[in-house]
Amino acid sequence: MISGMTELRHKYLRHHKKFPHVWCPGCGNGIILGAFIRAIERLNLKKDDIVFASGIGCSGRMPTYVDFNTLHTTHGRALTFATGIKLAKPSLNVIAVMGDGDATAIGGNHFIHAARRNLDLTAIIINNQIYGMTGGQASPTTPYGARSTTSPFSNIEHAFSIAELAVAAGASFVARGTVFHTNQLDKLLEKAIKNNGFSVVEVMSNCHVQFGRRNKMGDPVTMLNWFKDHAVSRGEGSSMPPDSLHDKFTIGILADVDKPNYIEEYKEIRKKAKRN
Amino acid sequence: MANDLNGKKFLLQGNEAMVEGAIAAGCRFFAGYPITPASELSERMSYRLPQVDGTFIQMEDEISSLGAVIGASLAGVKSMTATSGPGFSLMQENLGYACMTEVPCVVVNVMRGGPSTGLPTSPAQGDVLQARWGTHGDHPVIVLSVSSVSECFSITVSAFNLSEKYRVPVVVLSDEVVAHSRETFTIPSADSIEVVDRIVPNVPPEWYKPYEDNSRGVPPMAAMGDGYRHHVTGLVHDAYGFPTEKQDEIETFLKRQFRKITNGFFEIQLTKKLNIEDAEIVVIAYGSVARSARRAVSMARSEGIKAGLIQLVTLFPFPKNTVVNVMRQCRAVIVPEMNMGQISREVKRVNTGLTEVFKYNRIDGQLITPLEIFDEIQKI
Repeated sequence: MISGMTELRHKYLRHHKKFPHVWCPGCGNGIILGAFIRAIERLNLKKDDIVFASGIGCSGRMPTYVDFNTLHTTHGRALTFATGIKLAKPSLNVIAVMGDGDATAIGGNHFIHAARRNLDLTAIIINNQIYGMTGGQASPTTPYGARSTTSPFSNIEHAFSIAELAVAAGASFVARGTVFHTNQLDKLLEKAIKNNGFSVVEVMSNCHVQFGRRNKMGDPVTMLNWFKDHAVSRGEGSSMPPDSLHDKFTIGILADVDKPNYIEEYKEIRKKAKRN
Repeated sequence: MANDLNGKKFLLQGNEAMVEGAIAAGCRFFAGYPITPASELSERMSYRLPQVDGTFIQMEDEISSLGAVIGASLAGVKSMTATSGPGFSLMQENLGYACMTEVPCVVVNVMRGGPSTGLPTSPAQGDVLQARWGTHGDHPVIVLSVSSVSECFSITVSAFNLSEKYRVPVVVLSDEVVAHSRETFTIPSADSIEVVDRIVPNVPPEWYKPYEDNSRGVPPMAAMGDGYRHHVTGLVHDAYGFPTEKQDEIETFLKRQFRKITNGFFEIQLTKKLNIEDAEIVVIAYGSVARSARRAVSMARSEGIKAGLIQLVTLFPFPKNTVVNVMRQCRAVIVPEMNMGQISREVKRVNTGLTEVFKYNRIDGQLITPLEIFDEIQKI
């Protein structure tokens, strides 16, 4: 098992070039990158056919480390670049990784419209509930009442539920996982990449350095335990009394629907245009 | 075939001619967001691109439009977007990204009165310096301008060619007068148009360094998915494309951006001249104002005044040599503009006591007529 993972690292990481990475010890990003690589391996995709794009922030550095066609774009805009790439070369598998602030604050508009459009892209959104790289400022997913460097007394804003937002915006595959539930995360990412339409996987991840430390969870283990205790599957959630769900979040697949895919629809548009 | 318009005559708007110019230059991707007076570009692209196996997409804003355009270009497809002042402001962030990552693309700004919502249906030339300095950081740019329907076609082709050759975003400034004027225009046959494509690597993928310097300062560009896997980032990067903070790599990289444009001055700095040989009074104009100036110069000549015109097609890098050479011989220069004096600043900057520089400015939402310029010529 260990040798298998080492083999994957050698196959997919740019180990000769850009290590050590920039992430803090214990960061959840490494767990997510591992799950992503395992998903790619199981799907048996060619490295040349994968585009891995990111925005800005800790998540933005992820593509640097893997041996695909990689793109580190502007803050919040990863999906817009991904849209252009996919439309220009539909044979490519285009995956964007973003943070919570990246995808839902500065990039919120791009996110909902990408979901609405149903272009065949995969969005991995690492939700660590904070702006990590800039030093722990409150993000759109920082919980009500939490402390951050820009809400030093208490956060009086309310958090987005990213996965539910994606469902409402029309994404054809939506799932939520955590860095604690790693086996499930592998499978969710695999399904998301495979889905023929816009896919979103929100991954609850630990930023014990910038978020945890200010909110009585200053080490990775405490934060992973928090995910373990507060994540419920859809089945579990439906059988629990509503009062007990107020501090819980759902993990697993939240939407998986068949919708017409933008690329296929546009092929029809070309046929119509040529008849005119 | 509906898509074969070559050699056919049409009554076209400037905006429509730009679309045809882009398609003739090989543009097969357009992303845009509606804005007056540039919307006809999106509309015609949505009709024409699918006919030629290209792709049009209407994005959620101008930020995403340029993002998608850069993405498509990275995947190897010539790409373009079009907007007006407020949308151009939103594009500045990604314009800087395109400079940093050396991604060819064409951005059209059909200028209208500003600032803010300003005068959406009136002509202006207020975005000239925004085109030069709008994005963040030190960077060279190529900014072209158009003055007629036929130039909307030909200069758009030039914009793509320069963009591909030098791996830079090229901004084309149009204005509401040029954009909405209709003129008869015959679309040239494909074999009469010079089309330049970016250089692609011919080395094995393991030898490819995406940002390696060479004599021209323009590295070959591999398209995503062509086997040359590499990293593209808006961070300052080394020859492999990976972020760097080493001083020698930073300086080498950033200076190359300037060098590659400076090396190309001879073909980037485009101007058109009229009656310059013996001219004592020279009008320097661009955009729709150059059209009026052309007429004003003829009027002055028929009155016996030795007037001439330099039409600036390239605004930046500013065609200093052409302008200075004319300044050496003439008594005065007039710079009429639909702003308070943006190119006249450049003209004054390069005028080291050679001649006298006069401005003529209008910012009331009206175009500058030939008669107004003729009056200014007479006053001198």
